[in-house]
Amino acid sequence: MKKHDNQLKMYLTSLSINESMARSAVAAFIAQLNPTIEEISDIKCAVSEAVTNAIVHGYKFSQGEIYIGVKYYSDRTVTIEIKDKGCGIDDVKLAMTPLFTTDTTGERSGMGFAVMQTFMDKLEVYSKKDKGVRILMEKKLK
Amino acid sequence: MFEKENPEIFYENGTLNAKILGDIDHHCAKYVRERIDNAIFDHKPNLVLLDLSSVDFMDSSGLGLILGRYNTASEMGADFIICSPSRGVKKVLELAGIERIIKIEGDSLV
Repeated sequence: MKKHDNQLKMYLTSLSINESMARSAVAAFIAQLNPTIEEISDIKCAVSEAVTNAIVHGYKFSQGEIYIGVKYYSDRTVTIEIKDKGCGIDDVKLAMTPLFTTDTTGERSGMGFAVMQTFMDKLEVYSKKDKGVRILMEKKLK
Repeated sequence: MFEKENPEIFYENGTLNAKILGDIDHHCAKYVRERIDNAIFDHKPNLVLLDLSSVDFMDSSGLGLILGRYNTASEMGADFIICSPSRGVKKVLELAGIERIIKIEGDSLV
């Protein structure tokens, strides 16, 4: 297993006010690699989606911690792990279907996973009901 | 502490211009949504222009915000146009195929 050159680990409380900070922190860390504007934008978006999912869905009826771990490697690969201990996902495949959402307010687009999948090179989602969600994303910078 | 209102809302001659400032994410969508809806209900415009020229970042929460406002405008009989999205914002809009439902124009009309 290759060793990372650098890593960032942080925990944040599942408050929506932390969404912007999470994006900015990951972006600031990735900036060490001199990414393009588009690469930074894609990564910020993917992080924002995963963190928002944890807040809106995972901790819908509670408040908890969200873990964000970022690593980068000598070949300019960036890996991002985002975990929560919320209510988990019953059917991951269904949840990842574009436009699918459990929200009933009509204000959620159901495109969160589609954004992560499109803007990152790899996306893996692990979850069971009441066991939280673990998201692994990877992007190789130019 | 004085905070600039977000979005900046301007109504004239049947057109409601709502200019969103800063990032559009789940956190800010809550506040922006209410202000735009209230303005639509108060003014009953013929046209709603959603000005995104000052938005540097938008995730899929923004898509929900935009579609929700489009639905509100449509229910009130108003047309709806998105103005001046940045490259990053445009990428998210195009991913969702928003241009198939809502007209997108390059320049803000106000």
